[in-house]
Amino acid sequence: MSKKTLFDKVWDAHMVKHIEDGPDVLFIDRHFIHEVTSPVAFLGLESRGIGVLFPERTFATADHNTPTINQHLPVEDPLSANQLKALETNSGKYGISHWGLGNPKNGIVHVVGPENGITQPGMTIVCGDSHTSTHGAFGAIAFGIGTSEVEMVLASQCIMQPKPKRMRINVNGKLGKAVTPKDVTLYIISQISASGATGYFAEYAGDVFENMTMEGRMTVCNMSIEMGARGGMIAPDETTFAFLEGREQSPKGEEWTRQVAYWKTLKTDEGAEFDLELTYDAADIEPQITYGTNPGLGTGISRNIPKASDVKDGEASYKKSLAYMGFNEGESMIGKEVDYVFLGSCTNGRIEDFRAFASIVKGRKKADNITAWLVPGSHIVEAQIKEEGILDILTEAGFALRQPGCSACLAMNDDKVPAGKLAVSTSNRNFEGRQGPNSKTLLASPLVAAAAAVTGKVTDPRVFL
Amino acid sequence: MAYDSFNILTSSCVPLPLENVDTDQIIPARFLKATKREGFGDNLFRDWRYNGDDTPKTDFVLNNPTYSGKILVAGRNFGSGSSREHAAWAIYDYGFRCVISSFFADIFKGNSLNIGILPVTVSPEFLDKIFRCIESDPKTEVIVDLPNQKVTIAATGESESFDINGYKKHNMTNGFDDIDYLQSMKAEIAEFEKTRI
Repeated sequence: MSKKTLFDKVWDAHMVKHIEDGPDVLFIDRHFIHEVTSPVAFLGLESRGIGVLFPERTFATADHNTPTINQHLPVEDPLSANQLKALETNSGKYGISHWGLGNPKNGIVHVVGPENGITQPGMTIVCGDSHTSTHGAFGAIAFGIGTSEVEMVLASQCIMQPKPKRMRINVNGKLGKAVTPKDVTLYIISQISASGATGYFAEYAGDVFENMTMEGRMTVCNMSIEMGARGGMIAPDETTFAFLEGREQSPKGEEWTRQVAYWKTLKTDEGAEFDLELTYDAADIEPQITYGTNPGLGTGISRNIPKASDVKDGEASYKKSLAYMGFNEGESMIGKEVDYVFLGSCTNGRIEDFRAFASIVKGRKKADNITAWLVPGSHIVEAQIKEEGILDILTEAGFALRQPGCSACLAMNDDKVPAGKLAVSTSNRNFEGRQGPNSKTLLASPLVAAAAAVTGKVTDPRVFL
Repeated sequence: MAYDSFNILTSSCVPLPLENVDTDQIIPARFLKATKREGFGDNLFRDWRYNGDDTPKTDFVLNNPTYSGKILVAGRNFGSGSSREHAAWAIYDYGFRCVISSFFADIFKGNSLNIGILPVTVSPEFLDKIFRCIESDPKTEVIVDLPNQKVTIAATGESESFDINGYKKHNMTNGFDDIDYLQSMKAEIAEFEKTRI
């Protein structure tokens, strides 16, 4: 028998058909939809006069376009309200379970899927959102799709995809003080650039990932798309099984035992081949921060902004990027004055991220020049923040908690960073205007965000720990 | 959703010689609130094209009457970031049918093929040639021949071949989409579904 990678095992188990000189027809186990990328897909079904083939395999949640305050009131923006209504109507019409605003299970799609046990090892999972790669943390093949493909999955529960190339990223060793999963992924992306993994599906391996919690693994897999990879995955292990056991939609009883036995087979065979293999040393990674307008333009927080001649991007694009940020080559990042801090998103909106943030702000005060938006990824995360006493710590330090949603990560709702302002954000993209027209974003971990929130400037979190 | 078939396109080009043009630049998230596929072309490259007060930025290429055509020529890693198909819709709706670059982000490339925009990947050297020809003559025409998988600079006759799989080429030249194909596989898919949890 030929040796297979984890990715091959899952992909091959879902291949309904291979089309000669074309893509594979891949069966999709779980399909998530949200209000922004699904309405036109439902219109497409209607114009074709067809329905949803397996509605029980699709799950709807409202997140991208929702307010993060006063969620009990009608949504003020008529266009946003209209999209939310369309999601509810379409879900109802086709028998799709729908977690709208106010539903206790509502939250960011990539947070609620795993926390309700919908995401499981060995599955294929898609959603009209590029950060669907998050679910790869469970040993699933999960990737973002466009609206035509959302329609395709609704109509046929299949997707047509050419098989990506295989890549493995190994990180071994012991992570240093204040180095979080976010720093590991930002470090990898800074090493290979924002397009370095395009055309590949990544597997993360090595003891750094083996020792990570599921929350940390989700942060890493979430950011796979930011290096261009279609997705990233980590072999399921005892940490994965412990996370899933007892969750609402996880298998139960004998079925649980049977599935765990199968999940244990989901690992790359010794000697299986990858098209590209990269290895990094955990000791080389320090807390990271980005300085440019794509996630590959990042560096260790104590280092200076590189010279144009030292980066992989073209010089014109690099200079445009720094000009947008108002930064100069060779400058230090430490000490730059910050205006906004955003803790949240499908990248860092989970309980562990709030614990990390609280560990630094505890007993300190929010800096006067900082506007802070702390947005839990779901109502379940929100409840846990309250139960664990984290809310008390945040309140004491002068911070307020908002309600769940994608919020300032993509700024579709009112949570927009104003023009010219600089934000330290735990989200995933620092593109021009991503967090509001002409706003500027520095991507970082919850610890770096917390350090900025209490000092008012870019600060190395290691001074607090 | 069916689209017009694509065979041979001869057109002048709009040059955008920047790398890493992400889908947030192609269409910012605040313009994704529609429930119908209408009007996205108006907001194509919104924040590069217009000032905050909605007046056009005269230095942006789409506001420069010197350049026009159905082909957008862009720097490497075009379409990175978000999976929003709205980016491809905006490009199509504005009037482009083809994007030429030396490197495309995966999801954008797939979305484009699904809605009838042909993404043509050429070598960095050939991309540079096209940019230089447009620079010396903004009316430079490029011929994109899908059946023969060949892209040619009309004035100089220089050409390069490009890749596309046979299945997608057949779809594009006939205006078919994947759902047409998958509908024919329904029985096979239903059998397969029984084996999955």
